[in-house]
Amino acid sequence: MTDTASDDPSRHSDTAPGAEFGEEDVGEGFRAYVMGLALASLLTVASFITVKFHFVYAPAIPVALFTFAIAQMGVHLVFFLHITTGPDNINNSMALAFGVLIVFLLMGGSLWIMSHLNGNMQLMNPYMQMHEMHMQQASPDQPDQQLMPPLPPDRQPAGKAPQP
Amino acid sequence: MTLFGMPLLGKLTIDAIPLDQPIPLAAGAAVVVILLAIIGWIVFAGHLPYLWKEWITSVDHKRIGIMYTILGLVMLLRGFSDVMLMRSQQAFAYQAPGFLPPEHYDQIFSAHGTIMIFFGAMPFIIGIMNFVLPLQLGVRDVAFPTLNSVGFWLTASGALLVNMSLVIGEFARTGWLPYPPLSELTYSPGVGVDYYLWALLISGVGTLMAGINLTTTILKMRAPGMSYLRMPIFTWTALAGNLLITAAFPILTATLIMLTLDRYLGFHFFTDEKGGNSMMFMNLVWAWGHPEVYILALPAYGIFSEVISTFSGKPLFGYRSMVVATMAIFVLAFMVWLHHFFTMGAGGDVNGVFGIMSMIIAVPTGVKVFDWMLTMYGGRVRLTVPMLWSICFIVTFVVGGATGVLLAVPPADFALHNSMFLVAHFHNVIVSSSLFAAFAGYSYWFPKAFGFRLVESWGRAAVYLATAGLVGVFGPMYILGLLGMTRRMQHYDVASWHPWVLAASFGVLILIASIVCQVTQLVVSIRHRDELRDETGDPWDGRSLEWATSSPPPVYNFAVLPDVHGEEAYWAVKSRALEQHRLREEPHYEAIEIPLNSPTGFVCAFFSTVVGFAMIWHIWWMAIVGLFGAFATFVVFAWRDRVEYEVSAEEVAKLDRENRASRSNTLAVSRRKVAA
Repeated sequence: MTDTASDDPSRHSDTAPGAEFGEEDVGEGFRAYVMGLALASLLTVASFITVKFHFVYAPAIPVALFTFAIAQMGVHLVFFLHITTGPDNINNSMALAFGVLIVFLLMGGSLWIMSHLNGNMQLMNPYMQMHEMHMQQASPDQPDQQLMPPLPPDRQPAGKAPQP
Repeated sequence: MTLFGMPLLGKLTIDAIPLDQPIPLAAGAAVVVILLAIIGWIVFAGHLPYLWKEWITSVDHKRIGIMYTILGLVMLLRGFSDVMLMRSQQAFAYQAPGFLPPEHYDQIFSAHGTIMIFFGAMPFIIGIMNFVLPLQLGVRDVAFPTLNSVGFWLTASGALLVNMSLVIGEFARTGWLPYPPLSELTYSPGVGVDYYLWALLISGVGTLMAGINLTTTILKMRAPGMSYLRMPIFTWTALAGNLLITAAFPILTATLIMLTLDRYLGFHFFTDEKGGNSMMFMNLVWAWGHPEVYILALPAYGIFSEVISTFSGKPLFGYRSMVVATMAIFVLAFMVWLHHFFTMGAGGDVNGVFGIMSMIIAVPTGVKVFDWMLTMYGGRVRLTVPMLWSICFIVTFVVGGATGVLLAVPPADFALHNSMFLVAHFHNVIVSSSLFAAFAGYSYWFPKAFGFRLVESWGRAAVYLATAGLVGVFGPMYILGLLGMTRRMQHYDVASWHPWVLAASFGVLILIASIVCQVTQLVVSIRHRDELRDETGDPWDGRSLEWATSSPPPVYNFAVLPDVHGEEAYWAVKSRALEQHRLREEPHYEAIEIPLNSPTGFVCAFFSTVVGFAMIWHIWWMAIVGLFGAFATFVVFAWRDRVEYEVSAEEVAKLDRENRASRSNTLAVSRRKVAA
């Protein structure tokens, strides 16, 4: 942190990330961490209990777990990563929002694109047929690599492929 | 020789040096001789201590920015040598094999793309940001000065590895993005792809460091009073660009690590067997690749905005719309990546959505174009070299943008993908945005960096020739694409293509002339530097804070940190000085603490190069040594005792008074002019 001459916190209205707890409010920080730990443990235990003891209607269990997971993330963000809505925390909240947006765009987009690609590229019928013919002729243990490489499991003809 | 049963030098043998191929051997030998000559001259002329103390170990953002820019310039020349080879090969290869065998031609176009994007354009743009940002923000340095140095040297390390492949071994033959399955071990058993992977893994870490560093600088270290909406527009675009780096480069690094695992440890991420999926590579690499386009383009737009506003003598038209357009492009950049592989077969739904998103991105870009034109409208436009680059950019970029919107239409893309039309499109936009911006920024901020202006006449010639060359090379390529010529052809037999290929090759001659003009401009300017001296630090009648300090700026940038009261902070100060016929009161000077120089970056990068080279050639013991060395360097840095030194108040006062004296002289001269 002493890398620069001008990161003197008094010179700026906001402080650097991770500098939320100064020397004087160690007690407050400690209390927040304990509370966070308690809440996080509670949510974890609750998840296990939900699965183990069937308190809720069985098909609703995934929804309950999902809810606990989201709550768990919230607890981590507030108590451990100190994301608040305070004016000194706008950078952190914005960074979080941006990160979440990018992760959703990339993961959602990739899943969508790849599922369409997988679906469409299954229909390579001429290749499939040639491959099947070839597999019938050649010994299944040692397919002739030069003529036709073996198909990956997710490209096996429909019906044989283990679907995820 | 062996070590624990493994060959001491891994796969490296004397066969790695291409003694049987005259062209790479001659080129490599020439580069080695020139490098040795330069190093020899530095050592024997006694410049080594100066170079080491003032540049190599420097953590000053201005010095690092200049070194980034020099790296970019050198690599642009290196990439351009590939251009000359490719264009002349195609000129000769009509119904003939040409002079480059296919396996060598493939390496050349792969190296061209890799070098131009990662080691030409990126360092150039990052260098300009590095130099300008703290000055525009009115602060003394970037947030993490030593990290900055590490980032630069890691980038240089990647560039070194790519260029090593010229002499030792070979480079990838896969194109600038190593698509599997071609890039997998089965089809590319040589070290070419490994050179690519390790160069980009190392330099990618460096780029990420630069991105994090500059983002932190903008978010955390602005001058007092500089709220977000008072930041100069270049700072805004740099913020967007660096956030993109921070978000996108990890994707590239992760993807390349997966490919590395495929190649080194027999993983199956992207193989076409055992559950691998090569389509996932295209998906991931373009999820980085499209934001990368905007990493290069957004700061470029910022440079043009600064230049156009300064030389039109007006505040930027629609500053807020420009900010909104920048941030809109920044978010949209992550929503369009599929348009790079429309034809891979995702189907109508997916293609339609991504096609429309790609077209939408033209809207904020259009807003920017109108803002630039309306900034010039009614202004007192001075046609200096940076301004000429900007105007030529607007004209050529609109053409490139329009062909981009055309390619965003999926059915059109099915006809044009992989053709010379595509090649023409992306060269048109990248050259006219990033490269023209880099040159505009180079001539605009050169006086700030070195204290003297560049000669205008040679610069003007360079602009005109570059624009003519751009049209001359890529105009024929558009037509070639429409005639059905695909990219990356080593030879061809179609008669109707031949004249256009020759025309494109002729265009390269114009570009060579432009480069000659640029080099001449630099040499002539250095020779006549005393006549071109910038005494006041404000040679262009600038509007933002970098012009408020002397040229070149002292190591601490500003004697006292400026107070910002509105947009265009420096323009306000200057207007007040002109109104009141005097400078501001002399401030109270205080001692300034400056971070100490550190060889950490250079040493770390040295060991990273060792690791990269060792991994490429499977010399495992050397890789372990390199990793240990890099870690030890980090530990030594972390345990350092002294972190900064102090510039005394007297020295600050002395330097600042000199600058104030020349500024008040200029003020008096301008008063006399007004009076007369």
